[in-house]
Amino acid sequence: MVESVVVLGDRKKRISAFLLKNALYLVMFFLLSIIVIVQPSFLSFQNFYFIVTQSSSRIILALGIASIIVLGYTDLSLGRSVGMAAIVASSLLQAVNYSQRVFPDLPRLPIFVPIFAVMILCSIFMVAQALVVSKLKVAPFIASLGFQLIIYGLQSIYIDRLNDSSPIGGLDPAFSNFAQGAIEFSSFRIPYIIIYALVASLIIWFLWNKTKLGRNMYAIGGNIEAATVSGVNVVANILAIYVIAGMMYGFGGALEGARTGSVTNMLGQGYELDAIAACVVGGVSMRGGVGTVPGVVTGVLLFQIINYGLVYIGVNPYVQFIVKGMIIVLAVAIDSQKYVKRR
Amino acid sequence: MYVLEMHDIKKEFPGVRALDRAQLRLRPGTVHALMGENGAGKSTLMKCLFGIYQKDGGEILLDGKPVCFENPRHALDHGVSMVHQELNQVLERSVLDNIWLGRFPKKGMVVDDRKMLRETKAIFEQFKIKINPQQKIGTLSVSERQMIEIVKAVSCNARIIVLDEPTSSLTESEVEHLFTIIRALRAQNVAVIYISHKIDEIFQIADEVTVMRDGHWILTSPISAITRDQLISSMVGRDFSNMFPAKTNVPSDEIVLRVENLSGAYQPTVKDVSFELRKGEILGISGLVGSRRTEMVETIFGYRKIKSGRITIDGAPLVKHTPCESIAHGIGLVTEERRATGIFPLMDIQFNAMIANLRNYVRFGVVDYRKSTKDTAWVIDALAVKTPSQRTSIANLSGGNQQKVILGRWLLISPKVLLLDEPTRGIDVGAKYEIYQLMIDLASKGNAIVFISSEMPELLGVTDRILVMSNGRVAGIVKTRETNQEELLMLAAKYI
Repeated sequence: MVESVVVLGDRKKRISAFLLKNALYLVMFFLLSIIVIVQPSFLSFQNFYFIVTQSSSRIILALGIASIIVLGYTDLSLGRSVGMAAIVASSLLQAVNYSQRVFPDLPRLPIFVPIFAVMILCSIFMVAQALVVSKLKVAPFIASLGFQLIIYGLQSIYIDRLNDSSPIGGLDPAFSNFAQGAIEFSSFRIPYIIIYALVASLIIWFLWNKTKLGRNMYAIGGNIEAATVSGVNVVANILAIYVIAGMMYGFGGALEGARTGSVTNMLGQGYELDAIAACVVGGVSMRGGVGTVPGVVTGVLLFQIINYGLVYIGVNPYVQFIVKGMIIVLAVAIDSQKYVKRR
Repeated sequence: MYVLEMHDIKKEFPGVRALDRAQLRLRPGTVHALMGENGAGKSTLMKCLFGIYQKDGGEILLDGKPVCFENPRHALDHGVSMVHQELNQVLERSVLDNIWLGRFPKKGMVVDDRKMLRETKAIFEQFKIKINPQQKIGTLSVSERQMIEIVKAVSCNARIIVLDEPTSSLTESEVEHLFTIIRALRAQNVAVIYISHKIDEIFQIADEVTVMRDGHWILTSPISAITRDQLISSMVGRDFSNMFPAKTNVPSDEIVLRVENLSGAYQPTVKDVSFELRKGEILGISGLVGSRRTEMVETIFGYRKIKSGRITIDGAPLVKHTPCESIAHGIGLVTEERRATGIFPLMDIQFNAMIANLRNYVRFGVVDYRKSTKDTAWVIDALAVKTPSQRTSIANLSGGNQQKVILGRWLLISPKVLLLDEPTRGIDVGAKYEIYQLMIDLASKGNAIVFISSEMPELLGVTDRILVMSNGRVAGIVKTRETNQEELLMLAAKYI
């Protein structure tokens, strides 16, 4: 009698634990079901292909910021970094025959030179930010809030002085192709952009799981005190993680510039929130120390599916904001339940 | 001859001389017990060794050469390692990652997981530890996590390992396993500093013992050359009768607080706790670490959720079981962790004194500072708080004076029942006496007090009755005058 009660209690506990663990996915599945019921045509290969392509640059950016979140920090400067990278890369990669070039006398550059340059540029800002955070002990939220303003100001001056604040267009076809091209197998084409996202995921996965830097990152995020007394050079590791994030922002920014084809200083605005949201949905804990690459990728894809799905069935755009906001809050609430101390 | 010597170590904190001419000499291949009551300065001495505190005077010799470690990592590089009571581990990561953190072996670019696994398994085998190295460390028990810390020290080739009260939360068989490991370490010429309160253990495991009291070195002796009684008297060091004020309170027959079959909702918690507390009575709560004494008073106070049971105060039952309701009924709680849940460290004394009683200072929605200033002045006066002014930040006071302000906070609610959770922990001897006196005075005036303590002498010296907790349950309630340490210990082990 007593035993059966225990078993029942156990099962109840296990069911509620299962529900808690998967609540987010259940909600997502529920939303998806609604979308599919309203518009069964949503489940097409064409849409799937479209969503994956759309998600690709977001995956790259989300993976960059995810490392910082696993450290237990956060970064609001992602969006403006992306904008800066897009502006600078595009201004250096306009077609030579375009009449309104930012730098009229600039010879045609191999596209990897400016792309690499903006990756370095973003990294430099991230190094500065990492030093402010780790040495001056400024809360990452505030530090990055300041940096995103600084970066926005600088890029606005750049575009204002050099291009009269008009959008930077007329990009080098090679640069456009870098973002919009694809490998073609007869009728089937794989966009380059998906390949970049795939390669970025593999590199980050390797970094997180196989290298010392990755292990230290998890340790610092999980318990910075334990990492310090164990002799981990916390500042050096934070710097390295920020540099890698900067590289990802720079690459993602160049990609966004080439993808849109006409770059203003508004590009990238709010991207950081999408990236953070995707990380949280993908199980990266805002408390630090927890997160996986497949989780982040899944988070981006899920978020994008819901996003696109809501557009597809013609939900009012304002309502879309509400739904997205609720998903984010739910994701964090579920994450918190795992750590909350019941007393 | 000695692997480690510490001479004339001095350390002062504002208002407290924590160490004064402390010393310790450690021979290789021995287990050296470091004993003393709470506040004797054992942990402070170790923190000075590891550079967590900077010593104000004295010298430390390692293998005869003077050293001054900047931080624990620096000490570890010299083969000196410490297993803290509060284990500092990355709970979300594996056992392996935790052991090798800070010095992951590399093979080319990648971390050499195979090497880590191999070497860890070898050490595990050597000490007969059966733990899966790939397991998340957060899923292990405290004793297992402690063993992992020892393994970590061993894998760093530590020659000196400090164990800080390692058995305080272990079961008997776990203690046995720990001792096997310690003996194996000794056989490998590792020197172990073993900090503990438990006298029986010391005689089982130690080769030498050093006793400290009030920040001073008292004696060092081979364990075979000292008796139990000598050890106890050197630790206590004062005449028993002078340690405590005269008992002038007389419990009445009137019951203030009645707790019936109280059980908490979330683990770890208490089960089926019942007792009665009378006006003018001091009820001691005794028990081992982990016997959930703190959980009991926190459940009564409404800080922890209750599952079942009934609490009545002056005949009126508590309904909502929240701290607000308890305070409104005249129950006050001085928490165990003064720094974490007692003081507001950034705020001044006045804020800290009035915060539990704010509703009495608010008139027409604004705080009446004239009244709160008057009351805070009373607290400072009545409890003899040593402070330059009311506006001094509480963080600048010594532990004893902070504790007096917290007590004052609860006196301002005109309490019927005061729950005091280890109120004398970490404060100096003089302040302890003052707090005992205050408790007895309050009881004489008709307040009822619940007094949790890990130090049996103070329970025996101050209380009227003692309730012994064992594994979350009441093991017995005894009259203080008719009991002794042996009986209390026996009761404490009743449900383990």
